[in-house]
Amino acid sequence: MNNPIPTPASLPDAWCAIARSRLADHDEILAWLEINLDARLNFSKSLLLVTRSGLAYIDNERSTTDHFPFRPGLSVSRHDHGGVGRIELFDGSVRQACWFYTLAHNVQAMRFIRQFEQYLEAALTGVPCIDDAPECCPDCLSPMSADQGECPQCSSTINAPPSTWTLLRLWRFAKPYKWQLLSGFLLMLASTAATLVPPYLTMPLMDKVLIPYQNGTPIDFVVVSWLLAGLFGSALLAWGLGWAKTYILALVSERIGADLRTITYEHLLRLSLEYFGGKRTGDLMSRIGSESDRICVFLSLHLLDFATDVLMILMTAAILFSINPQLALATLVPLPFIAWMIHNVRDRLRTGFEKIDRVWSQVSNVLADTIPGIRVVKAFAQEGREAERFRVANQHNLQVNDRINKIWSLFTPSVSLLTEMGLLVVWAFGIWQVSNNQITVGVLTAFLAYISRFYARLDSMSRIVSVTQKAAAGAKRIFDILDHVSSVPEPVNPVHLNTIDGRIDLTNVGFRYGNRAVIKGLNLNIQPGEMIGLVGHSGSGKSTLVNLMCRFYDVSEGAISIDGVNIKSLPVSEYRRHIGLVLQDPFLFFGSIAENIAYGRPDATRAQIVAAARAAHAHEFILRLPHGYDSLVGERGHGLSGGERQRISIARALLIDPKILILDEATASVDTETEKEIQKALDNLVEGRTTIAIAHRLSTLHKANRLVVLDKGEVVEIGNHDELMATEGAYYRLYQAQARNVDTDLDDASPVEIEHKVSA
Amino acid sequence: MNDFQLTRNPAGRLVLTREGERHEGVLPVRSYPIAAPDECVSLLSAEGHEIAWIERLDSLPDDVRALIISELACREFTPEIKRISHVSSFATPSTWQVETDKGDTELLLKAEDHIRHLSATALLITDGHGVSFMIRDLEKMDTHSRKLLDRFL
Repeated sequence: MNNPIPTPASLPDAWCAIARSRLADHDEILAWLEINLDARLNFSKSLLLVTRSGLAYIDNERSTTDHFPFRPGLSVSRHDHGGVGRIELFDGSVRQACWFYTLAHNVQAMRFIRQFEQYLEAALTGVPCIDDAPECCPDCLSPMSADQGECPQCSSTINAPPSTWTLLRLWRFAKPYKWQLLSGFLLMLASTAATLVPPYLTMPLMDKVLIPYQNGTPIDFVVVSWLLAGLFGSALLAWGLGWAKTYILALVSERIGADLRTITYEHLLRLSLEYFGGKRTGDLMSRIGSESDRICVFLSLHLLDFATDVLMILMTAAILFSINPQLALATLVPLPFIAWMIHNVRDRLRTGFEKIDRVWSQVSNVLADTIPGIRVVKAFAQEGREAERFRVANQHNLQVNDRINKIWSLFTPSVSLLTEMGLLVVWAFGIWQVSNNQITVGVLTAFLAYISRFYARLDSMSRIVSVTQKAAAGAKRIFDILDHVSSVPEPVNPVHLNTIDGRIDLTNVGFRYGNRAVIKGLNLNIQPGEMIGLVGHSGSGKSTLVNLMCRFYDVSEGAISIDGVNIKSLPVSEYRRHIGLVLQDPFLFFGSIAENIAYGRPDATRAQIVAAARAAHAHEFILRLPHGYDSLVGERGHGLSGGERQRISIARALLIDPKILILDEATASVDTETEKEIQKALDNLVEGRTTIAIAHRLSTLHKANRLVVLDKGEVVEIGNHDELMATEGAYYRLYQAQARNVDTDLDDASPVEIEHKVSA
Repeated sequence: MNDFQLTRNPAGRLVLTREGERHEGVLPVRSYPIAAPDECVSLLSAEGHEIAWIERLDSLPDDVRALIISELACREFTPEIKRISHVSSFATPSTWQVETDKGDTELLLKAEDHIRHLSATALLITDGHGVSFMIRDLEKMDTHSRKLLDRFL
């Protein structure tokens, strides 16, 4: 590992000064590690250093410095448990010191230990240590410079909080429709202008027709009919333009919504299993379904209305000022008040709506949890409890809604009140101006006509506050998915392997699930065409290992390579094309049997499908079904037995003709008779492929070239059946236990420890 | 009461001896670290098999209890949040500055669902690096912290 010797310059200045004052003058700092926990696991910063002469530990709070000079027999080990890493220093078998840190510093800690070991060896042998390949980010494989604890690429994307202007990010989806949007906007401009004509015509109607008539002048029917025709024409124009505008923009927004849904779903499918493991189905469904719909409604309805309103206010203001600036000023005075009030309530409403969203997904999560498990609920007669759980979630939903409604309900009437106040101001100021002969009655009427429309719109505009916030919250939840970088990233510089031999090498593989280490320092070399049986208790890491080989997850440490190429540098889907997977509980999609068999290769011919089914011993039972290969199977393959579904899934794996085959408990859920059928099918499948099989029943692994016995994520034994039986180790015990009772599971066969109890 | 001896060897591992049997690297594990930390402690061998069961910690002789508690103290790490002083944003991922019983630190909340309700008032927050933080009683926190927390619940 590389690290050009970290000069003290890479050390933070504060530490540098402290370290300098604590170390002997000539001692050079070679590597450093900041640890953030003390011996009692309190948060406290201290520093570990590798220097020319040895290891040094600087405890700043207690101002102590411990020196451990390099000498033979010195060694360091590292463990972690529950989010805390522990570095222990041994002199022979005696522990010299023990330091703790949180796993946030794990990458640095592991590098530090490697550096320590290198410099220790260099100090003891006198051979200076050699730098090798540059450090790569364990997640995305992009190279990292020395002493960067986190990969700059990964951490910057994952840890940055989303911006407040999430809605603007929707522009990415709106861009393809920019011409439609522009024409929609122009139409909106025109239609809004058309709606403003009628109030303007009230002015001449009042001043030139009605008031002269009251004063004794007869009505001029030509003028009246012109004015009425103008009113009618402008109404007609506004109607036509309004229709065109709404239609075009609704069309566009519906398309934006649809794109959003599709792109989100496509992105979601590409995310790693880790993401799905941590999320609930109900939540993801609501994000893609209802949230995108909400955004769509927002764009097509609310945003459109709002834009129209803003345009109208601007145009109205312009018209009012052109008629009479003084009255216009008085009319517009209440506007800032309303704007201020909207702004004030806005913040509270936003947090409230976010809360409602979260609570709402809690409610749907209860449903998504319970309905699939309905058999268990009924079997244990817990309907009452589940109903109660739903009631509580719903009650919580109600409370949160009540709280927000308190603010919300006050909002609308207040706007109405302000509207009335505004009208009052116009009346008062207008009457005063009329009495001073500054304006005519017609002008006042026109103002009132304008302003009442204007305020009516303000009321509906105020609604934009809540809908914008709702839509922004929805957009945020959708962008949460879109921003999530797959923890199984596509390589930056992919390597393409067209054909593979199927050699798999696992070097020093470690995997951590959350803060629990599931696989530790595992080494295994699998030859092309070899069949490996993975054996061990449940929880020993067999399935995890298989998931790592399929690259459903990425290893936390070490590397898995295929034909000598790290699987992280292969494009994910290209790599998986080489892998056939048969699972314990085969999932069949809704569709015909033929479609299910051809799932991995939709272009397969009918003959190929039948051949695969034959090889999987599925052909005959399929023919017995009323519609043969066209029979429909449901979500979980209703109507087919476990063994039948399993054979379909074997045919599915056979059809893609993979070089690597993974059988994860393929025969665990069927009876002995069916197992024999499946076993025959599997024997066809295994031929000429690198096979990794997990099986509870050891008898199903009789064909395996080698058996790998795992325990707590580590390999304890490797060898074929006879060798392992001869050594009388862990495998022997497992086998004996099963031989005694054929149906015993491995778990029951664990070596029995006598349990002594200490009673209180 | 107890039929075993517990000592610490020079390698820092706990050694349990009982009727001539000797187990090195014994690990004490709490069965209910949250619900009942002082009851139901199990002693596991280095291979992970249970070798002794302790119903109540306070029933043990002082020296044995002290050893077990010191070992538990450096294995179990669930800082209890006393106060939330600052959060970087109300949208996740969010970095929180918190005061805990283990000192001041910051935690990275990756998503709201990493906050788990243990009961009506107790919360377990798992940070981005796998450390679990606990809030024992929401009601007892100060208004500022509660207000901040409320934005995530």
